[in-house]
Amino acid sequence: MKRAALIWRKSLNVIMLTLTGVSALVVVSVLFLILGYLLWNGGKSLNWAFFTELPKPVGEAGGGMANAIVGSLKLLGLAAAIGLPIGLLAGVYLAEFGGKTFSFIVRYTTDILNGVPSIVIGIFAAAVAVLPFKHFSTAAGGFALGIMVIPITVRGTEEFLRAVPVSLREGAMALGASRWRTIATVVLPAARGGIITGMLLALARVAGETAPLLFTAFNNRYWSPGWGQPTASLTVVIYTYATSAYDDWHRQAWAAGLVLLGLVLVANVGTRLAVSRGGAARGV
Amino acid sequence: MSSTATTFDSAAPRKTGPHAFIWRLRNGDQVAHIVTLVFAASILLITSLVVYELWINSHLSRAKFGWTFFWTRTWDPIFDNFGALPYIYGTLVTSAVALVIAVPLGLAAATFLAELAPRTLSDGIAFLIDLLAAVPSVIYGLLGIFVVVPLMRTVIGPALKTAFGFLPIFQGPNYGVGFLTAGIILAIMVVPFIISVSREVLLTVPRDQREAALALGATRWEATWKVVIPWARAGIMGSVFLALARALGETMAVTMVIGNANNISVSLFSPGDTIASTIANQFGEAAGDLYLSALVELGLVLFLITFILNGLAQLMIIATERGRGRA
Amino acid sequence: MSEMASPSPGKEQVAAKLTPKVRTEGGVPNTSGKETPVRFNISGLNVFYGTKQAVFDLHLKIPVNKVTALIGPSGCGKSTFLRTLNRMNETIRNARFEGAILLDDQDITKMDVVGLRRRVGMVFQRPNPFPKSIYENVAYGLRINGYKGRLSELVEQSLRRAALWDEVKDYLHKSALALSGGQQQRLCIARALAVDPEVLLLDEPCSALDPVTTAKIEELMFQLRDSCTMAIVTHNMQQAARASDYTAFMLDGKLIEHNETSRLFTTPSDPRTEAYITGRFG
Repeated sequence: MKRAALIWRKSLNVIMLTLTGVSALVVVSVLFLILGYLLWNGGKSLNWAFFTELPKPVGEAGGGMANAIVGSLKLLGLAAAIGLPIGLLAGVYLAEFGGKTFSFIVRYTTDILNGVPSIVIGIFAAAVAVLPFKHFSTAAGGFALGIMVIPITVRGTEEFLRAVPVSLREGAMALGASRWRTIATVVLPAARGGIITGMLLALARVAGETAPLLFTAFNNRYWSPGWGQPTASLTVVIYTYATSAYDDWHRQAWAAGLVLLGLVLVANVGTRLAVSRGGAARGV
Repeated sequence: MSSTATTFDSAAPRKTGPHAFIWRLRNGDQVAHIVTLVFAASILLITSLVVYELWINSHLSRAKFGWTFFWTRTWDPIFDNFGALPYIYGTLVTSAVALVIAVPLGLAAATFLAELAPRTLSDGIAFLIDLLAAVPSVIYGLLGIFVVVPLMRTVIGPALKTAFGFLPIFQGPNYGVGFLTAGIILAIMVVPFIISVSREVLLTVPRDQREAALALGATRWEATWKVVIPWARAGIMGSVFLALARALGETMAVTMVIGNANNISVSLFSPGDTIASTIANQFGEAAGDLYLSALVELGLVLFLITFILNGLAQLMIIATERGRGRA
Repeated sequence: MSEMASPSPGKEQVAAKLTPKVRTEGGVPNTSGKETPVRFNISGLNVFYGTKQAVFDLHLKIPVNKVTALIGPSGCGKSTFLRTLNRMNETIRNARFEGAILLDDQDITKMDVVGLRRRVGMVFQRPNPFPKSIYENVAYGLRINGYKGRLSELVEQSLRRAALWDEVKDYLHKSALALSGGQQQRLCIARALAVDPEVLLLDEPCSALDPVTTAKIEELMFQLRDSCTMAIVTHNMQQAARASDYTAFMLDGKLIEHNETSRLFTTPSDPRTEAYITGRFG
């Protein structure tokens, strides 16, 4: 009887452990499946026209997404302009000046903001920047994305500033540098690599967002001059085209998906590699 | 003694020109403190504003429907009668399906990475899984529509019906879209979070726990299942809560594969809607203050649920990090 | 500056009453009989971290252009005392001090702290060069203090004073972190010297270094002596005996004995000093 139980336990052991390995394999292979499908379906649709032309009238084949690409860049630019300074300076506050209770409240609130579903941010931005003016705008979209950039940037900045050793700060202060001088000329430069990485990751994350744009920047089949008009964006166009009935639009959606994913993955991989190598080399 | 004494005056930096007065600000530190404090405070302002706007703009709907909002089935923009029950149902069902798939899968993968894989392999795979977490929602949706939906319609659905067709959840017509498809996609989207947090938590379990079990004659699996995982229980629960919070707020991928129907049905093949997908579909074209207000109220509900879940998740993760203090 | 600084009469009487019966009152103890000019005059110093007191009623005069060594067992308060002299303790929350610290007759608490720190430089236990180039490290203090003039010249001069110039002159724009530990510490000394301080405080500067590098640094101190007053905290009694003119022995936050180095090590007045230097504790 005991023999049988032992054999059972041993078999179970092998089965379960194999299953764990299989699970890991399954999850990782999903990543490659996604990449594979996008490369296959998107690759064949990617052409010069995609990047340079405007969309053709509904139903006609051809055309491109130049306006969506430009739109996404504008939105990202505005999001960066709004979110990065706030995130950076708030991170400096938390790492360098913060009083205990107030810092705790700020950090807690930042985490709350980080956890808000992006569509709810979209509602907020719409309530504040669209409804009062009764029309969609690029500015509103950039505003929504900017809010999402803040919490990621704060956390990254604070983390990397804290990692700068106290001895460096003391060295500067012993030479007569005031606190803000020390922060600006020694601490921030020392943490520069990590902070920039955090910022790039934040931007990569919001570059892939669709929901907050649905009712702020909305969509646009043409160019969107300035900041007061609705604008096309890569993500919203993918959504629109994919859920449409036209094969040609499906094709373009794949291409756009490939471009978008390519940018996001390059940003993620690139920054992570840069941090791990840069940090070790500088010995900070 | 100091021949270069004249090079420095007492202490103040001596720049000239238009920027001189800024540099000479004696209270440079105070200015820096105040400026950074203002920016930090702005985060509080923004978050409060978000809550405020959600509250104010949902006022009409809350005033008119009160608590009945949560158990009324009708969602009728024409007659201005709104009840969120179908969407709450859809949200719960898809999240449940997602967790049923993602938790075992994620925990198993995390176990492999923390317990079995050599460190470099583990780090490498963890890196790839982090990349999976970075994939935009709309891309998942794209693959959902063109890959998973057809697959569901032609392969998965029929297979499930053949094997489990006696269960009510697998009955009913199968169009490819629906709760099950959305749940599957959600599972893939949240599994990286479960894996990444669980893996970290499992790695912090002290070696001697594992070794004590093995020394008593447990197999590796038994040691893992009966000792290591229970030790990290709180953190793993935390990762599940986190995943759930993500799943609830997920919009695009779900919208693209759930079928967008106001529907409460036991069948998992049935199309439906979630809170997030409803907002996504209708907010842009909503006309009428009450209609908008109802949609904002949906957003408020979503905010509150994710807020609570995230808070609980944080607590649980902290609980594991602090150790259980049992031994 | 050639006369001994004297605190107000009232303070001196109080100080005389409170100091232990070892030769610390009156002036800087010396055997030549001449008055030795004093750079730092510390009287009645008590240093606190919150409610915990680290230094008790310390009276000390640090003479000009001499090296004063501070010795004592771990935790006796010598580093705390040293850091009070350039108000570095202010960077620690809850740290405060009572008593008078006069730099050339000026109360350091009434001075601008930035100016004080330019005049009183510090070298730390572990080398802490900035993650910048060698040149930028040395030039840092010059830049922030608004130096007007040719930076390169001063950088070279400081590196020469720190006996590092020959080793790095062709690599000035390389990262300071690429230097060895001993070179980094000499770089930190050069960085501190660049702003031409009147006093240099050294907090166990050689404890992380090998004996060869330590010898180099001690020689450096010997050469700097004529232009710079130095106070060095050290665990290494041989170092104190070799490199300093005056030695002060501290125990449990109190100054036990302060004398010319040769006298303190050969004929210590206090039995506790003798016990420490003969290695019976600490």
